[in-house]
Amino acid sequence: MIWETVRLSLLSVRRNVLRSFLTLLGIVIGVAAVIAMLTIGSGTTEKVKSDIAKLGSNLLVVRSGRPAGPGGPGGLDQVVRPLAEKDVAALVAHLTGASAISPASQKQVRVIFGTESLTSGITGTDSAYLDARDWKLVSGRPFSDSETRSGTGVCLIGETVRQQFFGAGDPEGEIIRVNRTSCKIIGLLEPKGYTGFGQDQDNVVLMPLHAYQRRIAGNRDVDNIYVAADDRTPTTELQPRVEDILRDTRRITPDREDDFSIRDMTQIADAMASATTTMTGMLGAVAGVSLLVGGIGIMNIMLVSVTERTREIGIRLAIGAHEKHILIQFLVEATVLSLLGGIIGILIGLALAGLASVTLTIPFAPSPAVILLAVGFSALIGMVFGFFPALRGARLDPIDALRHE
Amino acid sequence: MASGATLISFDKVWKSYGQGEAKVHALAGVDLAIRRGEFVAIMGPSGSGKSTAMNIIGCLDTPTAGTYNFMGIDAGRLDRNRRAMLRNLYVGFVFQGYNLLPRTTAVENVELPLIYRGVGARDRHDLAMKALAEVGLVGREHHTPAELSGGQQQRVAIARAIVTRPTLLVADEPTGNLDTARTHEIMELLTRLNTELGLTIAMVTHEADVAGYAERTIRFLDGHVASDGMNFEVA
Repeated sequence: MIWETVRLSLLSVRRNVLRSFLTLLGIVIGVAAVIAMLTIGSGTTEKVKSDIAKLGSNLLVVRSGRPAGPGGPGGLDQVVRPLAEKDVAALVAHLTGASAISPASQKQVRVIFGTESLTSGITGTDSAYLDARDWKLVSGRPFSDSETRSGTGVCLIGETVRQQFFGAGDPEGEIIRVNRTSCKIIGLLEPKGYTGFGQDQDNVVLMPLHAYQRRIAGNRDVDNIYVAADDRTPTTELQPRVEDILRDTRRITPDREDDFSIRDMTQIADAMASATTTMTGMLGAVAGVSLLVGGIGIMNIMLVSVTERTREIGIRLAIGAHEKHILIQFLVEATVLSLLGGIIGILIGLALAGLASVTLTIPFAPSPAVILLAVGFSALIGMVFGFFPALRGARLDPIDALRHE
Repeated sequence: MASGATLISFDKVWKSYGQGEAKVHALAGVDLAIRRGEFVAIMGPSGSGKSTAMNIIGCLDTPTAGTYNFMGIDAGRLDRNRRAMLRNLYVGFVFQGYNLLPRTTAVENVELPLIYRGVGARDRHDLAMKALAEVGLVGREHHTPAELSGGQQQRVAIARAIVTRPTLLVADEPTGNLDTARTHEIMELLTRLNTELGLTIAMVTHEADVAGYAERTIRFLDGHVASDGMNFEVA
């Protein structure tokens, strides 16, 4: 009986193609909006996560200055004492659970090769930097220990720098000018692409820390210390150890606060992911409202349908249909309509999300749970909003209904 | 056709509409009986109560007062769904305006009452095809009403009415929309169903020559039965 009714309602949908299509439109738009929003949203979340993973997973970043919080970082009462190589040395000597410890100082500097020039991020560091940031070389070699110690004028360049100066050519052995000094390219870094914040991670030149300090910064400061946790150690465990060692080596008495801050990239990644998830949920809810409007559209059209088919209902009642038959017929019809709309909406929503993933360069992340939910919800909408019109049809008096023109 | 036991009986049936001063009695204490296998024509001017009587006979309506007995059942006291079941099992309807479902093929229209009876798809189709053959519509089974003439549409409606093998056929001006030639074809078909299947037929008409196909004519006037007698002039 139910299957029969579904078949009959499909026939009825087909017999009134235009009206069915217009009814569907509300649900189609609603479901498409929800699916597109949620799919784009989860794609964005993944993008944010992978962006932060690109910075280096399980990474702690130490900076000078008081941690963020009440009073703010680096308030006026505080003279910022920079980090120094002895802090790095203390960590290397005493810290357990770290796979790589590396100092890094950065500056935006003009880089010149021949007649071309480019403003690039220069980082003074050592060879452990590549391990800490989980960064590989496409060709060439990292800095040797002696180059690091003596601050030889050698450098590793990112993909953007290579393209600017050498096109697709091999940059190895070429000499570029960085500020007022020059360095010889010994290796090419693997491309990392843009961050979610639009920063080009490949527009970089790495050089030994001592070379950077002497020739570019003109001081002995270390801006950041990167500490990568090994596989067995969570960053949350590593962080207090780093703090203890640094307090000790920087001679901070227990009554004073840290004059450095440690940022946990994993936590930042989690926070950002949860923020985008919240955002996705909100967008989904807004799209859900349009689904509700679509449901009201279904109700409207079903009421029209019941009125328009009053005579048909009269005939059916006269030849022996019970109230429940008419009720089920219109309920199934509304449900079939909204389900159809739901399915079309899912396809359109996924297509939109696919398009967005291409243009916004985020991953295409359709969720089966969301799709199932959309199908279930559109069927539910059909039933809920179809019920009142269906009941109205079922309660008609057959004599009046037959007389209806 | 020889008549059998009483199928339908009205015992002081009243049907009233409205309240107080505006109260109208469509039927004012009607007594009447129809036997199994009879072919009865019901006549009368508009407002005479004949349509109301037909609605009650077809179990579409119930009396305000009095008793309507159908097949020994007090049908006037049954609720909507029970009357629907009674109609589905024992009553077939033919209307002036054919009342076929639009954009639905002839065979699907004929299958409709069987759907509500819970007959399976294959049996339904076979029974519907058989009923269409009985009314002489072989080859038109898959036409929609819009593709059929008035006479053919009424044949489809008759097939739909008899496909359940009902005891009673209620026909409301079945030839009202048809020309003379088509009228006679339809009336001959009804007469044949009456004699061959033993189908009891109650038919409202306002045309005397149509009423002449019936064995008996009941005339209504102002909510009463004005006359009730056998039609002797018919061959």
